[in-house]
Amino acid sequence: MSDPVLLTGHGLGAVRGERILFRDVSIDAAPGELILLRGVNGSGKTTLLRQLAGLSEPQAGEVERAGLHHWIGHTNGLKAHETPRSHLKHWAQIWGSDADLPAILSDMGMTRPADVPCRMLSAGQKRRTALSRLKVQDRKLWLLDEPFNALDTDGQAHLAEMIETHRAAGGAVIAALHGTAPVSATQEVVL
Amino acid sequence: MSPSPLLSAFRSSLSEAWASGAGVLLPLGFFAGTAALVPFTLGSEAELLSRVGPGILWLALALSSMVTLERVFQADLQDGALDLWLQDAGSISLIAAIKTLTHWLVSGFPLVLLTPLIGFMLGVPPEKMVPAMLGYAMGGLVFFLWGGVAAALSASVARAGLLIALIALPLYVPALIFGVQMVDAGMASPSFLFLCACTLFALGVAPAAMGAALRLAAE
Repeated sequence: MSDPVLLTGHGLGAVRGERILFRDVSIDAAPGELILLRGVNGSGKTTLLRQLAGLSEPQAGEVERAGLHHWIGHTNGLKAHETPRSHLKHWAQIWGSDADLPAILSDMGMTRPADVPCRMLSAGQKRRTALSRLKVQDRKLWLLDEPFNALDTDGQAHLAEMIETHRAAGGAVIAALHGTAPVSATQEVVL
Repeated sequence: MSPSPLLSAFRSSLSEAWASGAGVLLPLGFFAGTAALVPFTLGSEAELLSRVGPGILWLALALSSMVTLERVFQADLQDGALDLWLQDAGSISLIAAIKTLTHWLVSGFPLVLLTPLIGFMLGVPPEKMVPAMLGYAMGGLVFFLWGGVAAALSASVARAGLLIALIALPLYVPALIFGVQMVDAGMASPSFLFLCACTLFALGVAPAAMGAALRLAAE
């Protein structure tokens, strides 16, 4: 067996202007873990998560990922003219996945609005569409930025369940989160 | 990298352009409008117009190539799609190139097709029309590629239209020079070869520049 750790971040730091946002943050994500990044607004949760995802270069330290990961940012990545169905089809094609998209849509409670352009969807429906991408391809590591935002109680419970299932299957989740978490973490990183 | 991401990028850019509706026609209208104003400023003397006609069309082409560039990458940055593209390591440059080429196909190539009509209006001699159209097709490609670099560089700037013009216009100069000469000198001239070289250079360098600029924009 090769190294089971899915992501290692070591001595990470970020600077905003002349202020140190955070420094010397180290994270190891092993299979089955749920790591929550906590902190007040502006403490650098998103910045850290983007560094872990490789979207921005860490100003200190280094990040190593064992494989591909899913990214759900605070923007959903949806185009105004796309429908949930066409969005999932688009990314399934890019990732070379043959997942059963109608099943994913129905599982996410998106069957009824599946053919409505995203500009006409509610914030919660857009969030559900973005989260559906997690099921399009099996990737061990999920990086989620405020994933529970905009979801209704039902949606939050469903996402919590998705996270649990993913962990049970040997995946790991790192999520930036404020407020109370509907999931229990194995590790909390407070910024 | 397998071809399927590139195909999907092509398809999504096409549907994006389609969804933006009138956005595709905007450069066409701008092109026709700019060229149609010329007789009013220079006078309607037929001999003068047929002499400056090809040059005027080059100018109109260069300007109208920038009309819709602003949104090409800015939208991707704002709605988070750029982050998703960047996840799948490596070829953001290729994706950016595909997006720009699609953009050229949708709003640049129609300009070429409109050329005979406006050329006729300006009294451009018919025998110059074919080399002119070939030149506009290739020159347009150069304009859209460098314009794409400017658009990628200013993706995070609000109302970037003017900034794009400032960055891109100097880069248009070589293609403009050789393009205008080529219309006069014909396709057997060195100018045509230099225009080809400009196009190839832009095809080779612009995608890498766009990729780097987009990575920076996402930071």
